[in-house]
Parts: sequence; structure tokens; C-alpha cells
Amino acid sequence: MYQFNYRKASSVEQAADLQASAEDGVYLAGGMTLIPTLKQRLAAPSDVIDVGGLDGLRGVDVGATVRIGALTTHAEVAASAEVRGAIPALSDLAEGIGDAHVRNRGTIGGSVANSDPAADYPAAVVGLAATVHTNRRSIAGDDFFTDLFETALEEGEIITSVEFPVPARAAYAKFPNPASRYAIVGVMVAEVDGAVRVGVTGAGRCAFRSVELEAALAGGLSVAALDGVSVPSGDFNSDLHASAEYRAHLVVVMARRAVKELA
Amino acid sequence: MEVTLTVNGASHTLDVPDNALLVEVLRERLGLTGTHVGCDTSQCGACVVHMDGCAVKSCTVLAGQADGADVTTIEGIGTVDALHPMQEAFRDCHALQCGFCTPGMIMAAIDLVQSTDDLDEQGVRDGLEGNLCRCTGYHNIVRAVLAARDNM
Repeated sequence: MYQFNYRKASSVEQAADLQASAEDGVYLAGGMTLIPTLKQRLAAPSDVIDVGGLDGLRGVDVGATVRIGALTTHAEVAASAEVRGAIPALSDLAEGIGDAHVRNRGTIGGSVANSDPAADYPAAVVGLAATVHTNRRSIAGDDFFTDLFETALEEGEIITSVEFPVPARAAYAKFPNPASRYAIVGVMVAEVDGAVRVGVTGAGRCAFRSVELEAALAGGLSVAALDGVSVPSGDFNSDLHASAEYRAHLVVVMARRAVKELA
Repeated sequence: MEVTLTVNGASHTLDVPDNALLVEVLRERLGLTGTHVGCDTSQCGACVVHMDGCAVKSCTVLAGQADGADVTTIEGIGTVDALHPMQEAFRDCHALQCGFCTPGMIMAAIDLVQSTDDLDEQGVRDGLEGNLCRCTGYHNIVRAVLAARDNM
């Protein structure tokens, strides 16, 4: 790791001030992505601002919606009976992230802010029509992920919570990389406010909604509705794990599995 | 940067570099070399310790993040004369070959048993997803964890 200044924030406001006054400051939540990135010298921030101690950003609030504090760990989401009662697909997704030790540290806010193309939560943010709340504003899930590791967040903006409407039904199916457990492709199929939504992660430069699959499923959530449907592989990721064409194939297969689970 | 952490019941206040990792503090400052560094990329789990009761990969925790935390390492769970039931089970079931992954396996397995109701074989295999044994001795490790489950 390169040298950096470690700063522990005691409030959201202080974290924002520390970031604003740093030459090149980054926020640290659970660190499950940032610390490996620092160790590989893929990032060289001047300041690492630890927001992990901000307990006000931790916890779940389940009512008409499911609101999850940005610092809530994947393990906490997976273990929450309230979340499972409202959106079991979200519990399943959280339970399938990484491994147990990663789930004990990794947070929903950190995952979403990073926009890793293979992270699981982004599929839920777009597939379930979530809203990302920050210290400055609220951002619709549809507008949040903009590119590879890029989001609508402005410089210094901090996610405070992610709020999910409770879908009529939803299911998440994932084809994990057998070593890392990252999603080679993950698909969230949901019925939210009478509309079918399909959120895809792993395939493209960032999480997105599949217009082809949503159109095919608009008439009803049945596996048969996906017969013969394909998605274009044009801008999909291609790497040693899977070609763009294979990922495009997997998107439909994972969508079929998710829909089958809903039936 | 000054950090204070409790390790195996003893409080330590140390001056460490801002980019120090928890595992470096444990091994190089406190001499607790039972915690191993295998991959250094958060994958192998040889460095697993308990931080405030939860299994974490100490190669992926900054010392600053552990400031104020209660940490337990492999050295803190039993003694040569009075092994922890999980250590006893690993010995009885021949759940180690070269032994490099063993400290992390044992710390992960203790957290798994303590935090899981009705733990079965598949649950052990899923729960140890983040711990790699390059001797590939998984079968006996699973047997050991299931045996310890009944004695903890």
C-alpha cells in the first residue's frame, strides 16, 4: 500500500469536511473492496476517511418500504427477519455475497457506491426500483449507476441509506464466479407497483435494466414468456471468466431461473 | 497514529503507520504469529480472527478500523493443556495436514458454530467458503467442525 492519512469521522458532516479539505480523499466503509484495491496499488488516495463508526447509518427500518442504513453489513441484512419478511429476494442476495467474513464487514452503501460491474446489490437497486439517499439528495435507482465504477454521486457525496419499495414478488438468480463468488451474471426479476422490472448485474459496464426481458415478461411472469428471447451482447464485459456472448446467454438463463422461483 | 485494542483479553496501545493492517499489528507488533497471511488478497481466510465477536479477514482490516475493538486470535481460544473444543476436534479428526490454513479455519469455524442454528454438513461447507485449504483436506475439516458443534 502507498502511504495515506487515515482519518476517522465521527459524523457525516465531519466526514464531508475531511473529504473536502483532503487533496484526494476517499471514504472507507467496510473496506472489502477499497482495502484490496489499495493493497494492489490500484488507488493512491491522500486520505482515507473512515465512516465505518457512524452508527447512525447502520440498521434496517421495515415499514411501507425497506430502508437499509448505508453501513449495514451484508450479514446484518441476510440475518434480518424483518427484511426476509418483506423482500426475501433481498435477503437471498445479501446471503450470497462473497463469503461469511466478507459479509461481516462489507456494507450496502459501500457496495452501491463502488458500482463494481460484478457486485450483487446493484441488481437489486435497479431491479427493485430503490432510491439511494445521500447527505445531499435522493437519487432514483434507475439513474444511479452510470458506468464502470461510476455512479451519479458527486465528489464528496455520502450515501446514508438505500430504500426499497416492497415488491409484490421478486427473485434473484446469480451465476457466481466459483472462486470469488462475484456475479458473472446476476438477475433480479421483480413486480413493483404492477410493472415487471429486470435488473442485471455482472454483464454490462454497470447494473442496468434489460428492456428486452422486461418487454418479454410484461404480459406475465412465466418462464415460457422467455422462450426464444435474447439480449444483445454488444457492450457486455468480456474477460477470462466469460465472453460477452456467454454473459448474454447467462442473462436469459438467470432470468428464467428467477422467474421459475416466482412461479 | 495511536490505536488501542484489546487482544485476547489484554489491552494494547500502539503507535502504528496510518496504513497498517490489523494482521500486521497482530503478527509484527504483538508477536502473535498464529494468525497467518496466505494470499493477502482477501480470499484464503488464513488470517481470520474475531473482531467484536465476528470472524473477519485481518489482512483486510486497517489497524485504525480496529481501534477500540476486542480481538481474539488463535492464541486466545485455548492452551496446550486445555485446547478449545474446536482445536480438539481438528486434532481428533485429523483436520489438518500442513496446518497453514488451520488457525483461520478454526477461528472461522468457531464463529460459524456459535452463530448458526441447526448447522449441518452443507452449512459447514457454505460457512467455510472463505477459507481455502491447499492440501484440499476439506472432508476432515467438515467432520471436525460437525464434531465440535456437538461439544461447544
